[in-house]
Amino acid sequence: MRLLVATVVCGASLALAADRPAPLRSGVEFTGSDARALQADDVANPGMLWVSRGEKLWSEPAGTSGKSCADCHGDAAKSMKGVAARTVHLEERINDCHAGRQDARAFEPESQPLLSLAAYVAYQSRGMPMAIEDTPQNHASLERGRALYHRRSGQLNLACSQCHDDNWGKKLAAETLSQGHPNAFPEYRLSWESVGSLARRIRACYSGIRAEMPEYGSPDLADLETYLGWRSSGLPIESPGVRR
Amino acid sequence: MPGRELTVAARVSVPATAKKGEPVEIRIAIQHPMETGFRFGIDGRAIPKNVINRFSCRFEGVEVFSAEMGSGISANPFLDFYATAEKSGTFEFEWIDDAGVRGRESAKIEVA
Repeated sequence: MRLLVATVVCGASLALAADRPAPLRSGVEFTGSDARALQADDVANPGMLWVSRGEKLWSEPAGTSGKSCADCHGDAAKSMKGVAARTVHLEERINDCHAGRQDARAFEPESQPLLSLAAYVAYQSRGMPMAIEDTPQNHASLERGRALYHRRSGQLNLACSQCHDDNWGKKLAAETLSQGHPNAFPEYRLSWESVGSLARRIRACYSGIRAEMPEYGSPDLADLETYLGWRSSGLPIESPGVRR
Repeated sequence: MPGRELTVAARVSVPATAKKGEPVEIRIAIQHPMETGFRFGIDGRAIPKNVINRFSCRFEGVEVFSAEMGSGISANPFLDFYATAEKSGTFEFEWIDDAGVRGRESAKIEVA
């Protein structure tokens, strides 16, 4: 009986481990040397422009409360350190605070001030390992995300896992398939000519498989973000990352 | 330069110190869409061209570098050039786009 339990436990942990690609490899390893060089240099990294802008916004009062982020959270280098490692959908959290606490009009999804603040907050955790855990609070979301990740959809009838688990490292036309980790977001993509959120990147994958894109702020995107965060746990945060 | 002034993010890198007569590397990244004028919006109308058309770098009031840019320059342009400082002073950077929006940055250098 004890042997059986051990087998079952072992089987369960194997199944969990199989959900994460091994070895975990950040998207930066699959991108070209030019984008890697940009990411490594804080002056050349265009994402740092958003970080700089976010730093200014951090101490500017907003909304009818007349309060700035800094009025409650103080020095971001201290208070926001590690936040991006254990928080998913950073943009939504910031927007909740902006609308709920600062009494300001919520930022539009993918608007420049929102991305700037998110880039600034994520930057404070650079180098720290992603640490999204399976907790009672996020368990349901994580499992929904896991199911979505493995579900085929779109006219091409593809699941996320078919590219990012089964075929990472191989070519899809000119691109190398990455493992699909969120550890560099918000990231600057040369094709976007801007910093963008993880939600925007996931929507681009939906478009790629000819599926209907979920709206910004939809539960599907939130669940996928939770799952991707959990799946990437251990990878160092690179925000603001640079990709093609 | 004429035009409205607007705070746009820019990041400058100038060495804090240099030897007299030594060339120093100056790098600046400017946040700007550099709209080419060749694109159309979702309403089908052409998006007007708006690029940083002139950039200049002055050292203590004297222009030491300038650039004229057009549609071919990427969004969020990054400029990398060299200048020789003969004395301590301030580099002043200024640029203006087609919409008349101007930006400024500055950086000090100690010359020993």
